[in-house]
Amino acid sequence: MSMLKDAITSLLGTDAQFVDGYQQPGRVLFCSVPREKFVEAARSMKKAYALLAAEWATDETPFGKGYGIFACYRWGAEYLIVKTEAPADDPTFPSLTKKYVPAFRFERQMQSLMGLTPVNHPDTRPWIKFEDWPADAWPLRKSFDPSQRLARVHGEYQWIKSEGEGVYEIPVGPVHAGIIEPGHFRFQAVGEDVLNLEERLGYVHKGIEKRFESLPWEQGFRLAGRVSGDTTVAHSLGYCMALESLTQCNPPERAHWLRALFLERERIANHLGDIGAICNDAAFAFMLYQMMRLKESLLRTNHRLFGHRFIMDRIVPGGVAVDIEPRGKEEILTELDRLSRDFEKLVVIYEENPSLEDRVRTTGVLKPAMAREICAVGIVARASGMNLDCRIFNPFPPYDQYDRLELDVPVMITGDVHARTWVRVREVRESIRIIRWILENMPSGPISSPVIAPGPDKAGFAAVEGWRGEIIYWLQSGPQGQVNRCMVRDPSSVNWLGLEQAIHGNIVPDFPLCNKSFNQSYSGHDL
Amino acid sequence: MIRILRQIFRTGIVTEELPREADAEIRETGSRLEEAIRRRFRGSLTIRQVDAGSCNGCELEIHAINNPIYNCERFGIHFTASPRFADMLLVTGPVSHNMEIALRRTYVATPPPKLVVAVGDCGCNGGVFGESYASLGGVHKVVPVDVFIPGCPPTPTALLQGILKAVEG
Repeated sequence: MSMLKDAITSLLGTDAQFVDGYQQPGRVLFCSVPREKFVEAARSMKKAYALLAAEWATDETPFGKGYGIFACYRWGAEYLIVKTEAPADDPTFPSLTKKYVPAFRFERQMQSLMGLTPVNHPDTRPWIKFEDWPADAWPLRKSFDPSQRLARVHGEYQWIKSEGEGVYEIPVGPVHAGIIEPGHFRFQAVGEDVLNLEERLGYVHKGIEKRFESLPWEQGFRLAGRVSGDTTVAHSLGYCMALESLTQCNPPERAHWLRALFLERERIANHLGDIGAICNDAAFAFMLYQMMRLKESLLRTNHRLFGHRFIMDRIVPGGVAVDIEPRGKEEILTELDRLSRDFEKLVVIYEENPSLEDRVRTTGVLKPAMAREICAVGIVARASGMNLDCRIFNPFPPYDQYDRLELDVPVMITGDVHARTWVRVREVRESIRIIRWILENMPSGPISSPVIAPGPDKAGFAAVEGWRGEIIYWLQSGPQGQVNRCMVRDPSSVNWLGLEQAIHGNIVPDFPLCNKSFNQSYSGHDL
Repeated sequence: MIRILRQIFRTGIVTEELPREADAEIRETGSRLEEAIRRRFRGSLTIRQVDAGSCNGCELEIHAINNPIYNCERFGIHFTASPRFADMLLVTGPVSHNMEIALRRTYVATPPPKLVVAVGDCGCNGGVFGESYASLGGVHKVVPVDVFIPGCPPTPTALLQGILKAVEG
């Protein structure tokens, strides 16, 4: 019996209608509730200590209905999706923001892009949709023509203000100082101390979710691989796994193992880059160049063995597009020996450097209680005491062989820049170990199997642990089996909230360091 | 400290000890770049990178040309924070509707003569994102472009070659 199912039925009784066969894979529970019970359902989830993983809306006019509103909760390894409906002539739903903080942005986004009003939401400013869009431009609605150019109208974003003697504002971005994605940060500060940070994102909104709807199922993985370029493996994997669940396709065992291999290589490459860049932002450039050197060698090996430096487009629906030869296995093992040796030396240098320690410890603290409140995921969550990892909660082979793999999930409780760095250090070590284990134990056989087209009116789901954290894909097929909706939840969608909280009490010059330790994706958030 | 020094000395200069053919290409490209930058930019080409809507894949490779293996600084290439100091804008795309104004302003803020290089398949023509309400397509739809560097993302070598093409004129 499921904990979440118990929790919701004990509070809502028969108002929570569980549906079998609609949502795939079967272990993801799905129930629908009346609109007026939507908040009640959230309350039951909160009481059961579940976290809100995502909230999104669908336009169901192709089914002759109104709008669907979905909230996905996670508790341990359990996922429960709660759906409610709003008629087309009354596009409103009760806001969950007062129960779950991350709903704050999910709902602003739903309002901006789908035109559904969250009732009792404390903040009705648009999100991702800028003030210069026409007010009635709701791109995710079926009636919206995505090929049209948007007219620009006059409008102004209402920033949060603070006043008082000595209070001043620092606007930063969207074009930042370095080689980095665009976003706007606005600080209110007194002297060097930050009073408040307000993020404004959406600059790299490319209409990805809408674009999925115009692509055939078998081509979506390429777009998914470009939701956030640094996470190309995990995103295309998320899409492919959701599609496979929808079509009941089982990729061959070897394909799963190769996917895990790519996923771990992506994790190592990004973590190395991040550890270097964090140190660089604490004025320790030595580490950046050393780490970049290690990362570059990894990327070159990827290029030689798999044909792409970031292994882009190598995970395809039904399996993978590239196999590994015995020679490739030897090459990776030799490389890992060298990598591991150099990495450990650098870790000692990191640990023994007092000036670095002074910068990274107690800086940018995201307290465990706050991390839970914002339902943080991935590195950010693990650095703040939350033991979360989809490789354990939602595993695919070989991660499901717990007793053989013995995956170690590092959890720290200090929640500072050091904790986020150290989680990465330990994950690099663990990924090196996993890759060695995968290469030694990988089963032989084919690397892909055919994928059939999905049937009409079904939903697929996947949660994948990318290097930043849990990535969720939710696919819905329309009345003719076409793509009706593809919901993407990058870890950044929730973790950006964490940065705003972690910066309180810090000084302005430490912001780049804090930001780098989170290193969230702008593109993955803006979609 | 002794560990840091030891690591530095043991690592040596990785920039030069590269036997593979791709690296011969970099050396070749690099020496031509250095020559062109010396001749036309008095030895220093300053680049402002602008992400006008990319997926951040191109940014990773632009970072990579700064790593010790490619080490673009040795050819006289520097990245700057301000467009006011820039000789070249290195723009990744597609240009999103929400970044259009910021890109135009950055272009205007850059003193002429200025070179614009569009990076990546998306910077060339919108790539997988195409043209839509949110994506305006290639960089040339918004500002004049001198050189296009295709690739998804273009490799560091392709980036250096594209920059070379722009500075050689």
